[in-house]
Amino acid sequence: MSKDTLLRIEDLVLHFKTQKGSVRAVDGVFFELAHKEAVVVLGESGCGKSSLAKAILRLLPRNIDKYTGKIYLEGDEIMGMEDEDYRQNVRWVRMSLVPQAAMNALNPVLKVGDQVAEPMMIHHGVKKEEALVQAAKMFQHVGVPVDFLDRYAFELSGGMRQRVAIAMSLVTAPALVILDEPTSALDVLTQANIFNVLKRLKQELEVSFVLITHDIATSSELADRVAVMYAGQIVEVSDAHRFFAEPLHPYSRMLMASVPRLRANTEPEFITGQPPSLLDPPKGCRFADRCPKRFAKCSEEPPVVNVDGIQVKCWLYTS
Amino acid sequence: MMNTQASNKSDLLVVKNLVKHFPVRSGLLQRTSAWVKAVDNVSFVVKQGETLGMVGESGCGKTTVGRTILRLVEPTSGEVSFNGQDLTKMNNRELKPLRRDMQIIFQDPYASLNPRIPIGESVMEGLQIHNIGRPKERWEIAINMLKKVGLEEYHARRYPHEFSGGQRQRIGIARALALNPKFIVCDEPVSALDVSIQSQVLNILKDLQQEFGLTYLFIAHNLSVVEHISDRVAVMYLGKMVELTDRESLYREPLHPYTRALLSAIPVAHPSQKRERTILKGDVPSPLNPPKGCRFHTRCPIAVEKCSQQEPEFKEVRPGHFVACWLAE
Repeated sequence: MSKDTLLRIEDLVLHFKTQKGSVRAVDGVFFELAHKEAVVVLGESGCGKSSLAKAILRLLPRNIDKYTGKIYLEGDEIMGMEDEDYRQNVRWVRMSLVPQAAMNALNPVLKVGDQVAEPMMIHHGVKKEEALVQAAKMFQHVGVPVDFLDRYAFELSGGMRQRVAIAMSLVTAPALVILDEPTSALDVLTQANIFNVLKRLKQELEVSFVLITHDIATSSELADRVAVMYAGQIVEVSDAHRFFAEPLHPYSRMLMASVPRLRANTEPEFITGQPPSLLDPPKGCRFADRCPKRFAKCSEEPPVVNVDGIQVKCWLYTS
Repeated sequence: MMNTQASNKSDLLVVKNLVKHFPVRSGLLQRTSAWVKAVDNVSFVVKQGETLGMVGESGCGKTTVGRTILRLVEPTSGEVSFNGQDLTKMNNRELKPLRRDMQIIFQDPYASLNPRIPIGESVMEGLQIHNIGRPKERWEIAINMLKKVGLEEYHARRYPHEFSGGQRQRIGIARALALNPKFIVCDEPVSALDVSIQSQVLNILKDLQQEFGLTYLFIAHNLSVVEHISDRVAVMYLGKMVELTDRESLYREPLHPYTRALLSAIPVAHPSQKRERTILKGDVPSPLNPPKGCRFHTRCPIAVEKCSQQEPEFKEVRPGHFVACWLAE
C-alpha cells in the first residue's frame, strides 16, 4: 500500500439473509483509491453497488448473513472497529455519504441550513451558530445562495436539493465522500452542473470520491479510476483513461459498446440475457452465460489478473 | 435509411396550435387559482412511416403532448388530425375505432402492467375491448405478438413480477402492437432500463416499424437515444416547441441556443474528449408563470433586449428547419 493510498478495500463481502436464502449482494469487492482521486464504481441495477456503499460505511440493515473483508482508511483498518468508535470517529467524520435520491431524503420540516449544520454539532460538538457559519461556507462551495439556509426542502429545485445533500456530506471536512447515483434523477443540464461542482470540490477541498453509478458517460467526467461491478463482484479495476479507451473485461467492453454516442456511425449494442440471481450465482465466472468469449475454463472461478496495472477478473488474461 | 424517404411521405398526424393548461385548485372550495401552462400553442406534423423524436427536460410538456394527441388528456384548445380526421371534435364513441390505430408505450414498465393478470391477458385486453376475434384467436394473436418482441409462448401465462425491466418493456410493446396500430406514442420507453439492454428495445422498435410500417412519436429526455431512432427531432422548452428539423441538421447544426446547450451538456464516455460544456444558469422557470417574451430568455447566453419583450415566432428558417428564436434568421 503506497503512502498516498486513502482507501483500500480487500475482499469485502456483504450477504443478506432472506426467506429464500442468502443474497450475495457484495461478494468479493476490492479496489484502491489515492488522495484527491475519484473512483467510479460502474454497474447495472441489482449488481450490488448500493449495498457496497452501505458496506463501506457500515450502514447495515438487521438481516446480515455475512460481513467480512478489510477496509483501510488512511492506513487504519476500520472493519475491526467497535460500532460506537466507528460512529464517533469514522462515519461522517472521515468519510460521509450522499445517499441515492438524496434530494428526496431531506427532512421536510427542518430548514435546509439546520440540516447541513447538524453533522457539525453532533460530531464536532460546536454550537449551532458556529455550525451554521460552516454550513454557509459549504453552500458557497456547492453553489447554493447563502440565503437558502433558511429555506425548506420543498422550496428548492431538484438540482439545488442535490447540492444541499452534497454540502451536508462535506460539512465535517471528511477525506472521502461516497456518492450513490448522485445525478440519476436529474435532467441532463442539471447533471452537467452537479458534475462541474464535484470537479471543483475535488480541487478546492482536496476530497476524494467514490462515485457509484450506472451512468457511464456522465461518470467519465469525474473519474480517475474505474471499478466495474457485476453480480456482486469487481471484474475490472483500471485507470480511467485506459478504461474509456479500451476496457479489458468482456463485460466492460460490452457495457461500453451499449452506450449510445452522439454523432456516431455505429449503432449501440446490447448484452443478451440478464445478470444471474444473487441468491445462487453460478460457480465459475458470473458473466460466462452472457459472454461471447467464454470457453471451458469459465466454469471455474476466474482469478484476478494484473495486466500492466489493470486488474481484471477473467480467464482470457491468464497467460 | 428512413429519413431520406420521410420527406416525400404524406402527413399522418397534424397537430395545430395545441394547448393544454392544467388548473391549480386551492382553498376550501377548490377554486382554480392558477393555470399550469403545460403545452402552449404547439404545432407540428408527423409523417407516415417516420419517427419524430421529442426531447426536453422534465416538466417541459413532452409527455402531455403525447397524451393529448391520444386524448388520454383532453386538450384545452387546438386541433389534432389523424389521417385527416380531427380527433379533438369527436366524442368517445366516434373516437373508439380510431383508438385501434393509435397506441402508447408507457414510460415505466414496472407500473404499466397489471400485476394480477398473466401478461398474455394484458396483451390481449385491447382485442377484447375492441371485440376482435374469439377468445382463442385473441390468445393466439397475443402469443404471436410476444414472439415478435423476442418472448416465448410459455411466457404468456406468467405474471409481470417474473420478468426483468427490459422484458416488461417488450411486453408493453407487444400490447401496443396487438391491435395492429398505425401510430404509436413511445413515452420514454427506455429511460427506466439499464444501458446494456436499452438498444435491444430500440432495435425491436426499429424492426417492428419496418415490418408493420409504423409511425412513432418518440418522447425522451436523452438526446443520444433519440438520435439513434429518429428521422426528425423536436425540442421542447417550457411548453413550447423551440426547434424542429431532421436529425442530421439538429445534431450537426442546431440553431436554437437551448438545443445547443442540451447537446453540449451530453457527456462523452471518453475523458480525452472532455470539452467545455455550455452550462445554463438557473433552473427551468415555473410553467405557472412563464417568462414574457421568449420563454428561454432568462437562461439564454445570447439573449438580446427584444427576447424579453416579444415572443419569437416558430417559423421555417430553412427548408424543413423550424426554430423559435429572434437570432436564428
